[in-house]
Amino acid sequence: MTADIVLWLAQDGITNGAIYALLALALLLVFSVTRIIFVPQGEFISYAALSLALLQAGQVPGVVYVLVGGGLLAALFATGAAIRDRAPARVPWILLGYVALPCAMAALAWWAAPRKLDLVWQVLIALGLVVPLGPIVYRVAYQPLAKASILVLFIASMAVHYVLTGLGLVFFGGEGLRSAAFSDLSFKVGVLQISSQSLLVIFASVLVMVALWLFFGRSIYGKALRATAVNRVGARLVGIRTGLAGGLCFLLAAFIGALSGVLISPITTIYYDTGFLIGLKGFVGAILGGMASYPFAVVGAIVLGLLEAYVSFWSSAFKETLVFAIIIPPLIWLSLRSRQVEEDEEEE
Amino acid sequence: MIPARALLGAFMVFIAAAPFILPEFHVALLNYIALATMVSLGLVLLTGVAGVMSFGQQVFAGIAAYATALITTKYGGSPWIGLLLALALVAVVALFLGAITLRLSGHYLPISTIAWGIAIYFMFGNLELFGKYTGLPDVPRLAGPLATYYVIWAATLALLLASANLLDSRAGRAIRALRFRAVMAESFGVDVLRLKNIVFLYAALFAGLSGWLYAHYLRFVSPSAFNVNAGIDYLFMAVIGGASHVWGAVIGASILIFLKEYLKGLVPSGLGASGNYEIVVFGVLMMLLLHRASGGLAPVLSRWTVRRGRRRIALEAPTLPRRAQPGPGSALLEVKKAAKRFGGLVAVRELSFDMRAGEILGLIGPNGAGKSTMFNLITGVLPAEGGEIAFRGERIDGLPPREIARRGIARTFQHVNLVGTMTVLENVAIGAHLRGGRGTLRAMLHAERAEEAQLLAEAARQVERVGLSAQLHDAAGSLPLGQQRLVEIARALSADPTLLLLDEPAAGLRYAEKQALAALLRRLRGEGMSILLVEHDMEFVMGLVDRLVVMDFGEKLAEGLPGAVQANPAVVEAYLGGVE
Repeated sequence: MTADIVLWLAQDGITNGAIYALLALALLLVFSVTRIIFVPQGEFISYAALSLALLQAGQVPGVVYVLVGGGLLAALFATGAAIRDRAPARVPWILLGYVALPCAMAALAWWAAPRKLDLVWQVLIALGLVVPLGPIVYRVAYQPLAKASILVLFIASMAVHYVLTGLGLVFFGGEGLRSAAFSDLSFKVGVLQISSQSLLVIFASVLVMVALWLFFGRSIYGKALRATAVNRVGARLVGIRTGLAGGLCFLLAAFIGALSGVLISPITTIYYDTGFLIGLKGFVGAILGGMASYPFAVVGAIVLGLLEAYVSFWSSAFKETLVFAIIIPPLIWLSLRSRQVEEDEEEE
Repeated sequence: MIPARALLGAFMVFIAAAPFILPEFHVALLNYIALATMVSLGLVLLTGVAGVMSFGQQVFAGIAAYATALITTKYGGSPWIGLLLALALVAVVALFLGAITLRLSGHYLPISTIAWGIAIYFMFGNLELFGKYTGLPDVPRLAGPLATYYVIWAATLALLLASANLLDSRAGRAIRALRFRAVMAESFGVDVLRLKNIVFLYAALFAGLSGWLYAHYLRFVSPSAFNVNAGIDYLFMAVIGGASHVWGAVIGASILIFLKEYLKGLVPSGLGASGNYEIVVFGVLMMLLLHRASGGLAPVLSRWTVRRGRRRIALEAPTLPRRAQPGPGSALLEVKKAAKRFGGLVAVRELSFDMRAGEILGLIGPNGAGKSTMFNLITGVLPAEGGEIAFRGERIDGLPPREIARRGIARTFQHVNLVGTMTVLENVAIGAHLRGGRGTLRAMLHAERAEEAQLLAEAARQVERVGLSAQLHDAAGSLPLGQQRLVEIARALSADPTLLLLDEPAAGLRYAEKQALAALLRRLRGEGMSILLVEHDMEFVMGLVDRLVVMDFGEKLAEGLPGAVQANPAVVEAYLGGVE
């Protein structure tokens, strides 16, 4: 292996690692605030990547049906809850958020698709179609289970994963798509050819991380989420609604997932079910980081990206096997330092 | 209402007759149902009962299927050698994976099961030896189609029976306590970690047996049968059927497999995306189930059936051997400078006291004085950070709770710690766990009935001792709090302890109940029992105990006879506040 290959693989690894890092952050965020292991994150990646590719081809992405349909379902659930709580004042907001907004986004996509707008607009529309799915999925699938145990929530995640993957196949078909590169520019630094796509991915990831850091450090909503993560009951007692925290969390997670999808779509061919594997690599990154701290999760994810790049150079056939088997050493390490008897799980 | 036995009989007749009355296609479906039942039955034990979640059971089925396929097609071995090798390999892998994940908290295991599911799937699909994604053809069959059908169903029914037997045994009661009551189980001598590993191993072996049968039934092994979705399906089957009920596995497997076939026929070809359409329906179905009936369908079914009468308790069974008790007045418990801090908070600061056999010692103090922490140091639930604790002359600090239980210390819990779905009798029998020794294998064969009769008879005697014989077969969770506290005491008594530790036994009791409890404790002392009582209800304690130790802010404030302690100005100040 020559030096330029080493460097080239490093660039590849860091680019993928940056995406895994974003996903790992989103997964940790969702887990700490809602105790949900957010497996369906992967579907947001696929949805956004495929939507962008279809918009570039001048077609309306099928995800508009999922968005409008899911929005109606969420509105139904939320209105039902509002009636039970005798809070009719909530209904207009529910209709605005779950019905009007998705319909408007769908209409926009319909209008924009054949016109083949600039790349920036296509990216924004793809994000606009997928990101609202986050709170919608939370409202429909998870909020009714807010008091359930981690394990029940995990099963629910698998169910959501099934539904969204199945819908992805129905609306996007089984074909893989790859969107056009954002730019063909590349720089030569020494022996290394740096593509602007890689730089864009890394730049966007760092930007999102800084934004998240500011959001959690400075804004009142960020602090509310942190409070919920530390103590759910306490947060509720001081007026932070569990549903609001969950919805907000899923909004952020869906944004991160969709953004990852958009960023990765010119690099790899994405199928309706590719996102699942990419999302799981985010989990592996988070576990490598000990599933506890955000900085460690980022480091773990980047290590994973690098490892994947070098492994696929040596043995591309066993890339996935080795990447997923890499969680075994950290599990051994965590096992060795854990206490004998875990605290009891709370009874449902 | 249908008698459960009649239902079971009808089911057996149907299974026996099916090959002669159903078309071949449906018989094939029944085979698939049986194969899936075995895997999801493992999950019923593992996830539903023991609370350990796995999305990776298809890995074990796959390992077994590939092992036997390789042995029989490439190396000319017989299927029986394939079976031995397959199960041995599955056991090794399961023990390794269990060792590295079962110590960790709940969510690591399911995530890592998905991860190794993917790892193994891609390995199957890329190995030249395994025929890559096309798989291994021409695996020999075990017997003709009809005989294979009976072999598969005989194995399934045997596993169902063995699992039902297991849950209704000494080991089974411990397994049923794992999910929500692990700390309690550990305190009565159950090695929780070891037991979780055993259940994990059984679940893996069930899946392995299914994989072996699958390979020789289908005569073809390929990676697609062992992908991650297969693992998710198995768990869904267990949840749909009712993850805490062995028959839930059959119900869940039947529903999922029939639905899959049915939906395949329904998919409109116009959508152009056949094959995976059913997973949307499964997903929605699961969501509905989780939202509406998270217990699954088996409990619904059992509401329509009546079981045969309660099991008779053989009170004439030979009594269990009893522990040699120390003579009254001999040194029992010595605590020397015990210490424990939580971060910056010192909960117990160099506390020393001792206790003699046959006395009731009260450990009292205001809320937050460190009483419960001291209690947890003695029982080993929390590790002490300094000092020594000795029981009958032997140091016990640093030992795990189950070892302390083995030495004759039994406890109750401040927050009642019963398995709510188990009967009073079964809960109390957990207390006698260490007085039996028969493990899971004998329990599956019900070859431990003599010991089981002794254990249940002992439990029944202790229930009678606390005056709850009328509630013997009631679910413990349905009793009022006062009676639940008595069940806690009965459970501790069935351990035949030398020292009984009671953590706020009177909390939440009404006046009459407190009186009855005090009477019971006096009676126990009369029989020679030593009791350490943690309480903050002064009135309850004063008339009952022989001596008192008063704690405040983690330190010993006073010690002595109840009357003297009551007159101690420091104690009065701690309880009523000082005069400024």
